[in-house]
Amino acid sequence: MTASAVTETIYTKDFLEFIGDSGDELAQLRRAAFDHFSVVGFPTVKNEEWKYTNTKPISDARFEISDLNSGEAPIERVREFKYDRNGVTALHFAFAEFFVVTIPAETSIAEPIEFKFTNGDGHARFPHLIVIAEQGSKATIVESYEGESACFTNAGTQVFVAANANITHYRVQKESPDAFHVGTTEVTLGAGSLYDSTNINLGGAIARHDVHVNFTAEGGEAFVDGLYMLNGYQHSDTHSSIDHAVPNCISHQTYKGVLSDKSRGVFNGKVFVRENARGTDAQQSNKNLLLSNDARVDTKPQLEIFNDDVKCSHGATVGQLEDEEMFYLLSRGINPALAANLLTYGFAEEIINKISIESIKRDLDEAVLNRLHVSLEV
Amino acid sequence: MLLEIKDLHAGIEGREILKGLNLRVNKGEVHAIMGPNGSGKSTLSKVLAGHPSYEVISGLVSYEGKDLLEFEPDERARMGVFLAFQYPVEVPGVSNSQFLRLAYNEKMKHLGEEELDPLEFNDYLKEKAKIVEMDPSFFKRSVNEGFSGGEKKRNEILQMAVLEPTLAILDETDSGLDIDALRIVAEGVNKLRSENNAIILVTHYQRLLNYIEPDFVHVLAGGKIVKEGGKELALELEEKGYDWVKAVSGKP
Repeated sequence: MTASAVTETIYTKDFLEFIGDSGDELAQLRRAAFDHFSVVGFPTVKNEEWKYTNTKPISDARFEISDLNSGEAPIERVREFKYDRNGVTALHFAFAEFFVVTIPAETSIAEPIEFKFTNGDGHARFPHLIVIAEQGSKATIVESYEGESACFTNAGTQVFVAANANITHYRVQKESPDAFHVGTTEVTLGAGSLYDSTNINLGGAIARHDVHVNFTAEGGEAFVDGLYMLNGYQHSDTHSSIDHAVPNCISHQTYKGVLSDKSRGVFNGKVFVRENARGTDAQQSNKNLLLSNDARVDTKPQLEIFNDDVKCSHGATVGQLEDEEMFYLLSRGINPALAANLLTYGFAEEIINKISIESIKRDLDEAVLNRLHVSLEV
Repeated sequence: MLLEIKDLHAGIEGREILKGLNLRVNKGEVHAIMGPNGSGKSTLSKVLAGHPSYEVISGLVSYEGKDLLEFEPDERARMGVFLAFQYPVEVPGVSNSQFLRLAYNEKMKHLGEEELDPLEFNDYLKEKAKIVEMDPSFFKRSVNEGFSGGEKKRNEILQMAVLEPTLAILDETDSGLDIDALRIVAEGVNKLRSENNAIILVTHYQRLLNYIEPDFVHVLAGGKIVKEGGKELALELEEKGYDWVKAVSGKP
């Protein structure tokens, strides 16, 4: 134990209480993670990866940490989580509460498997979800975060998609507009596997989602799609990193942003195509709709390609509502406010329409429409 | 008098295109406005619908005794003015039925009549779709997205059927249609034609008028009506070409 060798933080007391005198491998990893956090602290805007997201309001705030439950998790999976990416992931791992679901080999589960995480006012929570899809299995995972209160959720998710397995993953972040939310998703894909994710970001005063996808064998395919819809002073940052380390894998990324008022969005999408990763097909698109002059978005595609035999494309747009589309709706008697909302809804729908579970789709439709103050039953 | 246009001068981006246009339309009438490219046909359509890019320089447009130019595009639509677009716009993510029900209910609200819920509206829409032989599978699809040229034009006429305008302006509705689609669209318009509405057909070619018989034909050239007559004028024009009109009117 080296905690005494590093700076004391406002989390130290809680951590020492939580970890007690346990000495198993998990506890040792937690201690190492907490030490790492104690040394590096929360990332600052001087860190290139965090230059648009100022974590100071989070690091300055004090949250109550109570009733932590470690949960049970297979250590060989836990060990793979890269807690030392930054101070946030390290802090997460130190306190992580584990939730694990395993889809047995060659098993198809029709009903979606849901994890709903809530958080109390002024509390910090560190949920860590591990999804293990064994060979040839198929399932849909729904991971949602919601709350009505000012809280700090620092989440981690590991998804292991074994050979020929097929995972659909919906991640819905609907925290309160006063909440702080940071989440890190790590996905590992086996041969011929499919990972199809949709990441919806609606909540949080400061929200950040990092998603890392690693192809470990040929024939894997990943969809990493998402929507951020922000208003007021909300800030939402998505960093994705898709690592084509092996040949013949396919990745698709479609992220859309709708920004009103003084909100701010960030999208940073990295694609790595390693030297031997011939036959890679990687596509990325980020489209943003700015509904106010004070809203702002920073979008940055980043492709690093070390093989010639690849198909890669990326595109980013930042725009406003189309005049011709507006006029078309107006010419049908729809008032300007409703017309603008309808077009905005249509813009967001490309992502929401992907969702095949009717109840979740309806829920999100409603969330989007509520935000737009539109009632649109069909 | 449903619509009276007096000495209308209008244009776009500082360029005057309509240069003193006069037109009178009564309920129960179908008027064809024909003219060569660049004569101002589309400008007239857009000005009547209130497109923000077009600017009226001078002149009067009176609709049901009101100054139409005073009203916003959506207000005009609720007052019963409808423009079928030459190039209908795609609206991704919004289904045809959502779109049409919103538009319909906006009009009902304006008229102080009862709005329809989704189920009621669906029945209403099914009936209207028969007018343009449109399959109900189109209701769920995004507005005009992935529609063929003919399907888009049929969708325009379906919107006209749903909104039941008093004044419908059909801007080059025949362009890009094959003969079957043209027949369906034209028959749809004929079914909607009544004593309570008026239709302005804006077209380059006489072809559409074989299917929809106009009461009056106006020839537009150089931003003015240069010749007027009955349906026989369209045939004469087809035979002699627009150069004949230009020669007759002394316009270049």
